[in-house]
This record gives sequence, C-alpha cells and structure tokens, in this order.
Amino acid sequence: MSISMTKEAPVERAEAPVQPVSWRKRIGTVRMYLGVLIVLVWGLGPFYWMTVVAFRDQAYTFDSTPWPTHVTLDNFRNAFDTSRGNNFGQALLNSVIIGAATTAVALLLGVLAAYALARMAFAGKYLVSGLILSASMFPAVVLVTPLFQLFTDLGWIGHYQAMIIPNISFVLPMTVYILASFFAELPWELEEAARIDGATKFQAFRLIMLPLAAPAVFTTAILAFIASINEYLLARLLSGEKTRPVTVAIAQFSGNDPLVQPYAAIMAAGVIVTVPLVIMVLVFQRRIISGLTAGGVKS
Amino acid sequence: MSDPSGAKQRGLALELRQSGKAWLFVTPVLVALAVVIGYPVVQAIIMSFQKDSGIDPATGMFVEGGGAGLSNYTHWLLQQCNTLGGVVACPTGTLGSQFWSAVGVTLFFTVVTVSLEAVLGLGMAVVMGKTFRGRALLRAAVLIPWAIPTAVTARLWEFMFQYDGVVNRVLGTHILWTSDVWASRFAVIAADVWKTTPFMALLILAGLQVIPADVYEAAKVDGASAWQRFVHITLPLLKPALLVAVLFRTMDALRMYDLPAIMTLGNPSTNTLSILVVEQVRQGPNSAAALSTITFLLVFAIAFVLVKVLGANAVRTQEEQRKAN
Repeated sequence: MSISMTKEAPVERAEAPVQPVSWRKRIGTVRMYLGVLIVLVWGLGPFYWMTVVAFRDQAYTFDSTPWPTHVTLDNFRNAFDTSRGNNFGQALLNSVIIGAATTAVALLLGVLAAYALARMAFAGKYLVSGLILSASMFPAVVLVTPLFQLFTDLGWIGHYQAMIIPNISFVLPMTVYILASFFAELPWELEEAARIDGATKFQAFRLIMLPLAAPAVFTTAILAFIASINEYLLARLLSGEKTRPVTVAIAQFSGNDPLVQPYAAIMAAGVIVTVPLVIMVLVFQRRIISGLTAGGVKS
Repeated sequence: MSDPSGAKQRGLALELRQSGKAWLFVTPVLVALAVVIGYPVVQAIIMSFQKDSGIDPATGMFVEGGGAGLSNYTHWLLQQCNTLGGVVACPTGTLGSQFWSAVGVTLFFTVVTVSLEAVLGLGMAVVMGKTFRGRALLRAAVLIPWAIPTAVTARLWEFMFQYDGVVNRVLGTHILWTSDVWASRFAVIAADVWKTTPFMALLILAGLQVIPADVYEAAKVDGASAWQRFVHITLPLLKPALLVAVLFRTMDALRMYDLPAIMTLGNPSTNTLSILVVEQVRQGPNSAAALSTITFLLVFAIAFVLVKVLGANAVRTQEEQRKAN
C-alpha cells in the first residue's frame, strides 16, 4: 500500500482538477491517518499523563482533566526530599555510575569479540556465537540465588561492583551481536586500500576503520546504557541503601502515610528519569532502530 | 591433495595463527559470561540438592544443611512440605503451594502478551511503513514506551489502574485493577503489551522493508485486493522475521518479573515463577535454587521446542521463497 501512495501521488496530483480523487483512495488516506493517530496516542499517551500529573498539585492527583491544571513544581521537590527515607538524587547518581561503568566495560570487551566474530575465520566460531546467544536466554532468577550468597560472602552487597559485574554479563551478548552485525557491513576493503598505500595495519585501523565504526559503537553504547539502567531484579537484592539505582528507588518510593502511595512525587521522579531517555530517543531515533533490528532480521 | 605440501602447511600455520588471535579476542567475553552466568547456573544446581539450614519442622531441631536428595524438587513439583507431622501437602498461603499457579500465570502471561504483541505489532508496523510527513516523529514516539525503564512503567500503570485512576474513568468502570484476581492479570498484560509492542513492531517493520516492491505491483496488476496482498504476499514473506521476533519475546516473557512484582505488589494472583524465586531466596536459598533450576529447565524446554518447530518452519519458508524465485 505504501507503494501505491508514493508512486501514484504525482499522477493523482496532475489529474486532480479533471478527475476527482476516487473515494477508495480517500478512505485509504483517512484510514492511514487514523492508524497514525492511534500509534501516536499509544506511544505518547501514558507518558503525557505521567507528565501532567507530575506538574499537578498533589491534592488533584486523581483529577482526570486531560490538560495541565493546578500546575506546580512541588512534586519535583518532594521527589528529591530525603526526609521520608527516600534518596532519589543519590539513586539517580547511582544509576548513572552503574550504567556508565557497565557500558564502558561491555563495549571494551564486546568490540574485540565482535571484531573476531565478524572479520576472522577461526575454529570454534559457531560454538562461540552459540554460547554468547544462549547466555542471553538465561532467566536472571537462575543467577540471583548463587550471586546473592556469593556477594554476601564477599561483602559486596551495598557496593557498586555487585551490580556492575552482573550487568556487564547481561548486556554483553546484546553488545557483541549488534556490534558484529554492524561490523560485518563496514567497507573493509578500504583497510586493504590503505595498506596498499603504505599504511601500517594499526594506522589503517585507527585512521580508516575506527572513524567508520564509531557510529556503530556509539549506537551500541546507547542500547547497552538503556538496558543497564532498566535492570531491577538483581539490583533489588544486591543493592544497599547507598547504591540503590533509580529502578529500585522508584519501586520502593514511600510517602508520609505508609498506606497511601505518593503518586504525584512518584510521577515526578518518573518524569526526571524518563525525560533524558526520551531526548536520547528523539535525537538518535534512526540509530537506535537500526541497532535494535540488527541481527534480528537477517538470522 | 594436489597442493604442494609446503604451501598447505604455511596455509595451516596462518590459519592457526589467526585462530589463536581470534580466540584471544573472544576470551574476555567468554570469561565474563562464565563467571556471572556459568558459575551461578552450576552453583544453583549444586545448592538445589542441599538442605536449607534452619529449624527442621519435623524434629524441631536446628539443622546445618547437608544433602537433601530430591526433597527440594518434590517440595515444589509434588507440593510436599515438611511439618511436625511428617511430609504433607503444602498448606495454602505458603510459597510452596503457589508453584503450579505460578507456572500457570507465567505461561498465561507469555501466551497472551506475545500473541497480542505480534498482532498489534504487525498493525503498527504497517502504519509505520507508510510514507507520510512526520514519519520519523512517529517512529520516535513509538520508541518512548521502549525507552522508559520497566520499573517506571510499572509505577505509571499502577497509578493509572488505581480505583480512582484514569483507566476506570475512561472506561466508566469500577474495577479493582491491582487486587482483583483476573483484573490484576489483565492490568499487567496491558502494561507489558504497551511497553513491548513497539519493539516488536520495529522488528516486523524491518522485515516488511525487505519485501521487494515489484511483488506487490505484480499482484496489483493481477487484480489482487489489499487483503489478498496482505494474506498471500506480506504474511508468508514476513514469516521468518516474525518467527525470530516471537522467539525472542517468548524467552523474555517467560522470565517476566519487574511489572507484576511492582504493579501488583503482594498480590499472589500475578506471581510469576521469577517472583516466587525472589520471595523464596531469603526464606531458604537452597529451595529457591531448586525452583530457579526448574524455571530454567522449563524455559529451556520451551525454547528448544520453539526453535525445533518454528526454526524448521522458518528455514522451510526461506527455501520455498528461494525456489519460487
């Protein structure tokens, strides 16, 4: 159907004055924009509602007026308030520390493995890629009991490494797969050409291939960071009061009354976590989609 | 055979050297996976055959642990609990008694969410694949549910599903979405479908874009209707991409934890196997290890069947396509 839209559009425009657009085509257009509207509401609706409530006076949290009313910044102040046992500011910092460390190490290890898988022929290659793929299929709960005991014995509960090290392994399979499928598509013949022109192997890599591979590495970094920020199950058991990431902090957010959930402040906290991610998505939309769909379609 | 032996040997040496280097490159990843995934999996299996230390309800004595045989497994699978009166069926309300319901809930969530996500994702992909102004914006909008951390999604939908919340207002209903048995299950499903359908749609869209345009043109010339083109061209050609997406999503759904654990906190009717394991960890880690091993075997078995059935199906589809070409 998309073909009919693109290919016949000019013809239709040329003939429009003489021959009116067929009703069939009009219904098609209306249906398409209806579909677009539904998908837009799907994507933005709940996020919009979270934002409206975050900026609304908490006395009106359950008011269902669809546009912003009783606008205030109080909920954001409450989100960062530490007097009720919450420490959202610290949690934000913790998530950034855990996410950044996880992403950096996973990329460092992942780039090497992806290069080998994409560019080198070696015995056991399929075994390696099979192992890495099957590692991504393990349910995290299988790991939780032994890791909880091990990290308790090591005295790691409440330290960052208790979350960074498991997170690295969770994002590694994804990192390797996305990088390998990007690397396989790079124009490696340019490396050969540089070598012929007298560049050393290292120069060819650093001056020619690295700049070409940089966007792929960057895209993978975004995906690894988002995946790492998202982790909740292990962090719930392995984090301490000081190292709690935002996922755990938001899940356990408490208010004045233990029986009443402070939803206004929780929505404000949710907006603070989500807005940077939404900006990232808007800016890097094309790259993120290419990263997400790499590997998935070809295999 | 006809190669001069010198050249052959040199080729072999080169190959070995490259193999060595490649292994050097992949070893760090394999070590990292072995430490954090390999070790715990093996350790969990060992633990699952050990007794949990604590007061033995059968004797009233403190036990240090020791070999448990299969008792941790029969505890879950056959619902056998140790009590003062010996081994009895686990009383209702204990974690042990929730095993089969957790299996049911996990499978129910998996089947319903993955089917809904596949169908809705297909529709979404068709819309996103059309050419119109603002298409990039639409794709970015669809990425938002995917980018929001699951814990935030859970709190957001928990809030919307409150008794006074926006869902009941919009629907004009008075449903207790987070505490009612079936309503809470559908609340979790709604949140999961909202968050994950866009991801599915993007995978399907990538599959759609590989289908050559002239196939549609030819069918149109032959007078095929839009519906016929969809059923006889789009669906069969999309099958391999769709099956891969379904396989990945199924693996993901079987380990669902965050959404039900946060959204319907403390409501046993949405307890998945993953939730049951985490609740059990503090009560008795060895018993939890047995449960997590059962979960792993279940996921593994389902993955195996899916790969065998769907994988063979995908390969066959591709071969048919090749033959047709």
